[in-house]
Amino acid sequence: MSETTAGVIFIAALIAVLALSYKPLGDYMYRVVTREHHRKVERGIYRVIGARPETEQNWAGYARSILAFSAVSIVVLYVFQRIQHWLPLSNGFSGVEPGLAWNTAVSFTTNTNWQAYSGEATMGILIQAAGLAVQNFVSAAVGIAVAMVLVRGFARKATDKLGNFWVDLTRIILWVLLPLSFVAAIVLIGGGVIQNLTDVTSATTAAGDTQSLTGGLVASQEAIKDVGTNGGGYFNANAAHPFENPTSWTNFIIIYLLLVIPFSLPRTFGRLVGQNRQGYAIAAVMGVLAIVSVSLVVGFENMANGTVPQAVSAAMEGKEVRFGVPDSGLFAAATTLTSTGSVNSFHDSYTSFGGGVLILNMMLGEVAPGGVGAGLYGLLVLAVITVFIAGLMVGRTPEYLGKKIGAREIKLASLYFLVTPVLLLAGVAASIAVPSNLESMQEAGPHGLSEMLYAFASASNNNGSAFAGFGANTPWFNTALGLCMIFGRFLPIILVLALAGSFAKQKPIPATAGTFPTHKPLFVGMVVGVTLVLVALTFLPVLALGPLAEGLQ
Amino acid sequence: MSSMATKPFKTVAPRKKAQASNGLLDPKQWVKSAPAAFRKLDPRLMWRNPVMLIVEIGAAFTTVLAIVDPSVFAWTITVWLWLTVLFANAAEAIAEGRGKAQADSLRKAKTDTVARKLQVQDHQIDSPDVATVDVPATDLHRGDLVLVVAGETIPGDGDVVTGIASVDESAITGESAPVIRESGGDRSAVMGGTKVLSDWVVVKITAEPGKSFLDRMIALVEGAERRKTPNEIALNILLSAMTLIFLLAVVTMQPVAIFSKDFMAAAPDTAVLNGNGVTGIVLVSLLVCLIPTTIGALLSAIGIAGMDRLVQRNVLAMSGRAVEAAGDVDTLLLDKTGTITYGNRRASAFLAVPGIAGSHLANAAQLSSLADETPEGRSIVVYAKEAYGLRERDTGELAHAEWIEFTAQTRMSGVDVDGTQIRKGAAASVIAWVGDNDGSPNPHVDDLVDQVSREGGTPLVVAERREGSPAEVLGVVYLKDVVKEGMAERFAKLRAMGIRTVMVTGDNPRTAKAIAAEAGVDDFLAEAKPEDKMALIKREQEAGRMVAMTGDGTNDAPALAAADVGVAMNTGTSAAKEAGNMVDLDSDPTKLIEIVAIGKQLLMTRGALTTFSIANDIAKYFAIIPAIFAVIYPGLDALNIMRLASPESAIVSAVIFNAIVIIALVPLALKGVAYKPGSASALLRRNLLIYGLGGIITPFIGIKLIDLLVALIPGIA
Repeated sequence: MSETTAGVIFIAALIAVLALSYKPLGDYMYRVVTREHHRKVERGIYRVIGARPETEQNWAGYARSILAFSAVSIVVLYVFQRIQHWLPLSNGFSGVEPGLAWNTAVSFTTNTNWQAYSGEATMGILIQAAGLAVQNFVSAAVGIAVAMVLVRGFARKATDKLGNFWVDLTRIILWVLLPLSFVAAIVLIGGGVIQNLTDVTSATTAAGDTQSLTGGLVASQEAIKDVGTNGGGYFNANAAHPFENPTSWTNFIIIYLLLVIPFSLPRTFGRLVGQNRQGYAIAAVMGVLAIVSVSLVVGFENMANGTVPQAVSAAMEGKEVRFGVPDSGLFAAATTLTSTGSVNSFHDSYTSFGGGVLILNMMLGEVAPGGVGAGLYGLLVLAVITVFIAGLMVGRTPEYLGKKIGAREIKLASLYFLVTPVLLLAGVAASIAVPSNLESMQEAGPHGLSEMLYAFASASNNNGSAFAGFGANTPWFNTALGLCMIFGRFLPIILVLALAGSFAKQKPIPATAGTFPTHKPLFVGMVVGVTLVLVALTFLPVLALGPLAEGLQ
Repeated sequence: MSSMATKPFKTVAPRKKAQASNGLLDPKQWVKSAPAAFRKLDPRLMWRNPVMLIVEIGAAFTTVLAIVDPSVFAWTITVWLWLTVLFANAAEAIAEGRGKAQADSLRKAKTDTVARKLQVQDHQIDSPDVATVDVPATDLHRGDLVLVVAGETIPGDGDVVTGIASVDESAITGESAPVIRESGGDRSAVMGGTKVLSDWVVVKITAEPGKSFLDRMIALVEGAERRKTPNEIALNILLSAMTLIFLLAVVTMQPVAIFSKDFMAAAPDTAVLNGNGVTGIVLVSLLVCLIPTTIGALLSAIGIAGMDRLVQRNVLAMSGRAVEAAGDVDTLLLDKTGTITYGNRRASAFLAVPGIAGSHLANAAQLSSLADETPEGRSIVVYAKEAYGLRERDTGELAHAEWIEFTAQTRMSGVDVDGTQIRKGAAASVIAWVGDNDGSPNPHVDDLVDQVSREGGTPLVVAERREGSPAEVLGVVYLKDVVKEGMAERFAKLRAMGIRTVMVTGDNPRTAKAIAAEAGVDDFLAEAKPEDKMALIKREQEAGRMVAMTGDGTNDAPALAAADVGVAMNTGTSAAKEAGNMVDLDSDPTKLIEIVAIGKQLLMTRGALTTFSIANDIAKYFAIIPAIFAVIYPGLDALNIMRLASPESAIVSAVIFNAIVIIALVPLALKGVAYKPGSASALLRRNLLIYGLGGIITPFIGIKLIDLLVALIPGIA
């Protein structure tokens, strides 16, 4: 079987299992977030954290809870790293440096998982499992919770009550992320991923040298890293490391895990608004964008633009032989499309166009299907903008799911759309204007620009992966990228919650033949078109000087 | 509603429709709007339109650059950037100009009238010979009583409190046929600026000076009170956000360009790119090409033109908000009479009492109706001819006949000819006449009258008295509501647009149902009292629907005020006109359907041009990006798919296209995009194809064509 055939089967199988999971997982999540009664274990947790599960919050209250919770998370994670040397299971590592500790705390709390450190050389077992992995759970749960609030905004009428953050957080962690990760970890262990409490094992290589192999609770962390679209690897090499991702099988499972919640959330959305077909439409938009992206990445890598790649007939530099081009390209596309900062190959080594598509994936705003929760709310905001333009063209005040899109709604949606381009473009422009920053580029010219673009696209959209050659561990970039991560995470969240608030206040308008239907292929095509056009128009100048200039030679 | 309609025939004289279609691209209009276009360059006026303000600032900036470092390229760009702003201003001025012409003709009606204020402010007078004081009309206040006699102009808005007069309202409504205005009832309202043709009336002034209907109308058609509508505000926010994004994209491109130029230091400096980055002229050009100038330039013209389209149909909207709301309407409440059925009922059967031949009744009915010019009367003559083959006799043939005219007191009409008296009219009056003329009551008549009433028709009793014998009833003329032609199709179209129609009638449910089925409305409200109408509106609104209705009576006022779109008939009371948010000067209730279409068209035009504007950007990038950067990265020339002659010509062509497209689209902005009633999906597919796909393709062709010309200019090619 040729590598291409294998790749096609791999992708087809992936689509099949995702399609099979759509209904059961989407319905299951719907039941988790709508269940009336509180279970005993949940009540116990509410008592411990002092939450009042019966009181629902308005959007501002919900936002305050998220911000407070995240601020505390950052501080706790920071302190935890700083005092590592006093803690058990630290593998003998010292406390983490302030700059790095801050960067890492922000990175994991914002679901970015940008790693300016090397896991096996910096973080002990305890920090990895009790610090970073915990944030992998809670930051993912925050994303899903925000998406549920926006959906409630559509589903509810004439109210300012949008749910209780502590209830949502608890339930999503307890009943969605934990069980999925548990099963995933078991499967991954079966696939050969390690799970132990051994810090270092010495081995003698075939050449007779001694090699130090770091152990740890890898499978459990790998599971939530993917299920929660986090991406922070246990090891520096992330999913290219054989202890994290040993075989083509585990590679398949990992890709499935990082796509399954984002692709199933539209079902939950459909159930909540009482129209499953609306969920299908949103999933279709995600699917179309994802399939186009994957095809482009794999296509460009196979076309192998460049002298050396052409000589070996594929762009294999930076890719693991055990995965090959299609599985690597798919993994790269899937992670950049889901804000998962994980890699199983080195994006810096991709062809200029292939790498360009990876950057573009993130520039889309992580919506196809995007990070857990974040992808759904991002795409719903794009749908709101699309409906606004489409609605005018059918001669009615635009409405989506029965809610009117007036001045306030379009203001919030526009601001949402503005956040990441502002962070990304301003970050790149400011950075490139400072000569000393150019030293961080591994290469000069267009590829160097692509590296920088990638870094800011990744931080602003909370992805977390990098063009590895880029030296981001400088005070400038630690600060700038850290700010991008924080603003790129929380500004959109605040805007989405406010949007949910103004939708929830409205009484729904019944649909008539004059209402523009938002579940048909025409709408799917329009959202895809509007997304691509808006993003392309925003970023074309910088893309032209980066990946396009490099590739069109 | 009284059975005998007394409304005069109406001939609707459409007001200045020709102007809308002709002369849209008339160069004279552009020349005429030039001074206004320059006046509008004032930044204090421009700030209302952020997109065009950016263009103006850009134009000012390139002017400075072109003065400091003059070149053909710099000046060409500068001139076209200023033209872009001027074109936008001119578009708005043209739209406003069309309203101004109308306002001027209205102003003529607003001459300095002298009012004759009653010295004793008491309207209980029975002759016009009372003491009055002459005061200027502008000094009249609410509550003042004024006397107006034939030949005089009514000095201000008010209600007739005494007397009856025929009034020429053509100055305001454009309709030449005079209307009757009388005290009491639903036809008491008069407007300042209209003229009393016969008789005299005492008018109680209801509007303070400067706030009359005429004043409001002038302000409305001039657009002086124009406020941005909710959808316009929302669209402006989206456009501002896009302007911001493109501003960001262009500004942040500069450091990246410097970095790239530095990397390829061997590339020569050009007029578009040097060691300091992209030149200011080119940065501004790129920005102006990318921000949504097309829709930004035409947005206010679209709004003004939308109001104007209503004015041309003789509808005055009190706010742009109301016009927009019309596009959103989900439920139309339509009065049966006058809207769904001909306001005037028509003869559909002659029901003779036993012992009387049908032809006898028909003959008498025809004779009595020959001089009756009301639609009912005409319909009787027509029916007698159709059903009984009776030739229509000319009143001249019966020279010796004495015609008895209908009066409100007698409530019957008739003829005395050759000693025979024939009377036709309301049942009670005719039966009373029979009794007065020695006739005896006929029990069959009551049965017939009841039967007709039950079926929703209107019975007219016909009686006859031959010379020497007592009067006797011949039978009953069955006047029936006739559903207007083509109503069913119109309602079907509305249904396709998602609009539900509800017929409101005072008829009993059985009759209402029959007529509703015949007319094809979705629902009906029978035996409707004003409260029921109100309750229906509330119910619809509770369910989230937007309701439109028409009304003319004082008791319609609360419902008109509650409806999202309330169209008051101009013939209606001042209370109704105050309560509604639109007034139809033709008093034609079916116009509601057109109003909805105009509202939809307004929104569609905005959406279509926004889509077009954004779609245009793709081609502009393909023109400008390679023009700037191919000099350092020759590979980027692959993006120059239009094969434009030179970097300078490419940029100039994009800027010129961007300006010219504004002029090209002015007619569309003023006329509105073509609107065919249909489902939302069908509308969207069509508009997306024309303005989305068309918006992507058109500039590729346009820019290429302009480039072919521009390349001939020395210093640019």
